[in-house]
Amino acid sequence: MIRRYLLALLLSAASLAHAADELKSGTFDPPRMAPQIAQKAADGKDFSLDKLRGKVVVLEFGYTSCADVCPVSLALLKQAREKLGAMGDKLQVVFVTVDPQRDTAPKLKAYLEQFDKSFVGLTGSEEQMAAIRKAYGISATKKMVDGSKTEYTMGHSSYLYFIDPQGRLRALMPFGRPADDIVHDVTLLAKGQ
Amino acid sequence: MKRRPAVIALLLAAVVAGALAWAAFAPIRSASHDALFEIPKGTWARRMAGEKAEILPDTITLVLGVNDVLLLRNSDTVPQIFGPVLIMPGQDFRLPFEQAGEHPFACTAHASGQMTVVVKPTPLAGLQRLQWRLQSLLSRAPWRD
Repeated sequence: MIRRYLLALLLSAASLAHAADELKSGTFDPPRMAPQIAQKAADGKDFSLDKLRGKVVVLEFGYTSCADVCPVSLALLKQAREKLGAMGDKLQVVFVTVDPQRDTAPKLKAYLEQFDKSFVGLTGSEEQMAAIRKAYGISATKKMVDGSKTEYTMGHSSYLYFIDPQGRLRALMPFGRPADDIVHDVTLLAKGQ
Repeated sequence: MKRRPAVIALLLAAVVAGALAWAAFAPIRSASHDALFEIPKGTWARRMAGEKAEILPDTITLVLGVNDVLLLRNSDTVPQIFGPVLIMPGQDFRLPFEQAGEHPFACTAHASGQMTVVVKPTPLAGLQRLQWRLQSLLSRAPWRD
């Protein structure tokens, strides 16, 4: 009887250990290489996604006028980076605007600096940004604000896209997961999981 | 001799009561938490040919702690978009859920372009668990509505 309980205990422990080793995000199997992005970043420097090999890249698609989703996700990413401590340098956040019309490079740079100076912003022509969205399978829809001829909001993906140190698109995390979940997944990916 | 039917009835009642008690209070174990849905090869071609190819249900119901991982397999020859996810041909996308709620997704594998994933809380010990087990018995795949 005792042996049976011990076996059950061992199996439970093994199951818990296995769960701890699994990503909390949605995952791809087999993963594909993340589509390359190469253009000027909002800070004026050249940006190339493939130059970030060795780091975990988290892509967020959004826009600076977003009232609810983007600021929350960026704040969570900043919190996650802080929680990662010495491993924080292994995480690179890249914010890709879905609203290049309003998100000029200086505006995007200033916006991201409010969260974390290490965050990279990408904006460009409508065609450039549409090409990135297409490569990642993302749609963005413009919706005019009622009663206004100029004001609009953008419907866009609220997921975070995780690229591993080998440059593979590995996982997607739904909006609103706690910073600890981001830390968990970044840590696993950084360790080569 | 006259007692035998009463004894049998009592025994049967005890067995039924035991089974109900087990169904209501025994922990739910699941060999796999994955609820697999496959987009078969040729789905896109059938749709392009004007055929109404309904492959996936409009609503998928998952239960936390039981079947709380949505596993989408794209066996078609073209990429499929599921919500914010581009699933390439031959690729799986495995999405675990940790919170109960309703999650609407855009999905190109649906003629309507929409799919909803309903995530229900883990059935509590007692009546909820009993109801869940009975429902599972009646339905071959409890996560399909």
